[in-house]
Amino acid sequence: MDKIKLDAWVGIFVAIGIISLLGLAMKVGNLTSNDIRETYMVTANFENIGGLKPRAPVKGAGVVVGRVNSIIFDTEAYHAVVSIDIDKRYVFPKDTFANIYTAGLLGEQYIGLEAGGDEKNLQQGDRITQTQDAVVLEKLISQFLYSKASEEE
Amino acid sequence: MPNSIISIKDLNFGYGDHLLHKGIDMEFPRGKVSAIMGGSGSGKTTILRLIGGQIKPTSGQVDVDGTIVHQQNRDGIYRLRRKMGMLFQHGALFSDLSVFENVAFPMREHTDLPENIIKDLVLLKLNAVGLRGAAYLMPPELSGGMARRVALARAIALDPDIIMYDEPFAGLDPISMAVICDLIRSLNDALGATSIIVTHDVAETFSFADYIYFVADGVVAAEGSPKQLMASKLPFVKQFIHAEKDGPVPFHYNARSIKEDLAL
Amino acid sequence: MKNLLNFFENIGNAFSSRALRLGAATRLFFLILVYSADSFKRIHLTIREIYFTGVMSLIIIIVSAFFVGMVLGLQGYYTLQKYGSSEAIGVLVALALVRELGPVVTALLFAGRAGTAITAEIGLMKATEQLSAMEMMAVSPIARIIAPRFWAGVITMPILASIFSMVGVLGGYVVAVPVIGVDEGAFWSQMQANVDFRFDIVNGVIKSVVFGIACTIIALFEGFDAPPTAEGVSRATTRTVVTSSLAILALDFVLTSFMISG
Repeated sequence: MDKIKLDAWVGIFVAIGIISLLGLAMKVGNLTSNDIRETYMVTANFENIGGLKPRAPVKGAGVVVGRVNSIIFDTEAYHAVVSIDIDKRYVFPKDTFANIYTAGLLGEQYIGLEAGGDEKNLQQGDRITQTQDAVVLEKLISQFLYSKASEEE
Repeated sequence: MPNSIISIKDLNFGYGDHLLHKGIDMEFPRGKVSAIMGGSGSGKTTILRLIGGQIKPTSGQVDVDGTIVHQQNRDGIYRLRRKMGMLFQHGALFSDLSVFENVAFPMREHTDLPENIIKDLVLLKLNAVGLRGAAYLMPPELSGGMARRVALARAIALDPDIIMYDEPFAGLDPISMAVICDLIRSLNDALGATSIIVTHDVAETFSFADYIYFVADGVVAAEGSPKQLMASKLPFVKQFIHAEKDGPVPFHYNARSIKEDLAL
Repeated sequence: MKNLLNFFENIGNAFSSRALRLGAATRLFFLILVYSADSFKRIHLTIREIYFTGVMSLIIIIVSAFFVGMVLGLQGYYTLQKYGSSEAIGVLVALALVRELGPVVTALLFAGRAGTAITAEIGLMKATEQLSAMEMMAVSPIARIIAPRFWAGVITMPILASIFSMVGVLGGYVVAVPVIGVDEGAFWSQMQANVDFRFDIVNGVIKSVVFGIACTIIALFEGFDAPPTAEGVSRATTRTVVTSSLAILALDFVLTSFMISG
């Protein structure tokens, strides 16, 4: 086998492989250019994060604007501290609400951001103060039963 | 012999309990062509492997050019092997390389010579064995005799001090045999090397070898120059040289008497 | 009584002989790692082997992938439309391929095509004393012949698996959208929403690398260890396929459980 032809074929082979991998990553998977952009990080505290996981989407008006970076438990204040990376293109005011919603009826949980009216915007390292926890099914049921019971009184 | 390049002293070698070699002494003088002869399975090829360091003796020592082989580490053995060239029974050419590349292989691996010098050297070696015109054929395209000659060119590629031949005449037609005989002798003398041939071809070997060792039952049964051995009265030597059907090496494999087997 | 003892002796023998071979194969693996410098310094040795294992397998991989993708599309649609979820066909095809079928089927095909070729080649080199000749010329056959083939296999496998997954998705697309009539936008968007790069694609690549290591070592070892006869080499190639296939399926289970839990 001619050395040059051999090298050419191997080069083509590796190139096809890389193209396939990129194709898989972008067309099939969710590695879009969004994920490669620059981000800034803010934190939010929740009493209960429900089923929120790292890499869960962070949406504003339904559009993905960032991702959950990490979730840790604060052992002094006994709540969850969620760090999120927001795309630098999107700015939110300091009094933004961060709520945990569920996609669909029983789907994945994500964070929805609702902008407030503050003139100043969130910067790297700021903390979102207005938060709403995830809806936990058991609490919902017990609330329902309690309200039913008090109705009957 | 004072001028030996290889010296084997009291060599014992075996697998498990069974000893193949039981106390073998051999000397191979510089510049001479020596032969190791014997029946099949007598351990002749194993001696070549012991010299080349592919296996270690159970006891005794093999001394090559002042160095004891089995005491060397891997680098030491590789250094010794660069002084040796070996011709394997069917050539053992690398089937994915051309004739030219096969002969160039040792040069490319062990020297830093530039390609144009390697090309000249390869063609010279091929010329010495008469196959310069076949330089760009592939091994499957060669006949048995040609393949063996190419392997010989490869074995002498780095002008070794020791050339070893494993059954070089096996399966060759008379013309190729004559060619190989001639090459073994002439190359040995031209390179000033020492050649060791393992074979059981009496007529060819006796025509050009300087000294012959006969191995049987794990020991050196007889040794001497071809003339001395032709005159030998030892029954084993006589049976071998004169190709007699029966003698110390029996015709019948160990069995009961024929009366018992046929239930007479 | 003697038969019973014989029975246990045979079991023990089978076990210890397999354990011995596993030990010998592991030893070969470490020797390959030690002697791998040449595979990268003289990269052409490895490139040559990538051609023979990878490029020569392209056709069978692409054709198989296309058929597998099309079958997934058909079968998946048939089942999903019963639940009114036929638009999830893209997700089904993509996840099945990227997580499992891509790495596993590629590895099985690789073991059958390239693995047996490697075993036969090395077995034949051993039988014709080419490996011995190389040793006698003070060149290590492990550095020169075995290690480049190992690295070629390890590099080739994830490339082939990616190609398989991509072509399979295209096969599924061809069946689902033009032929059956699933909405094209739904096909791709649902897929993109549910296939995670890190969890699914990267894990698939990791699996194929592990399969590559296992299959190539098995193929190399069986060739290196084969008795130097025609029958010995042919038995060795059969063992390569059988052992590789079992190893692939077992490793797939182990890796999948790690990936799902961790």
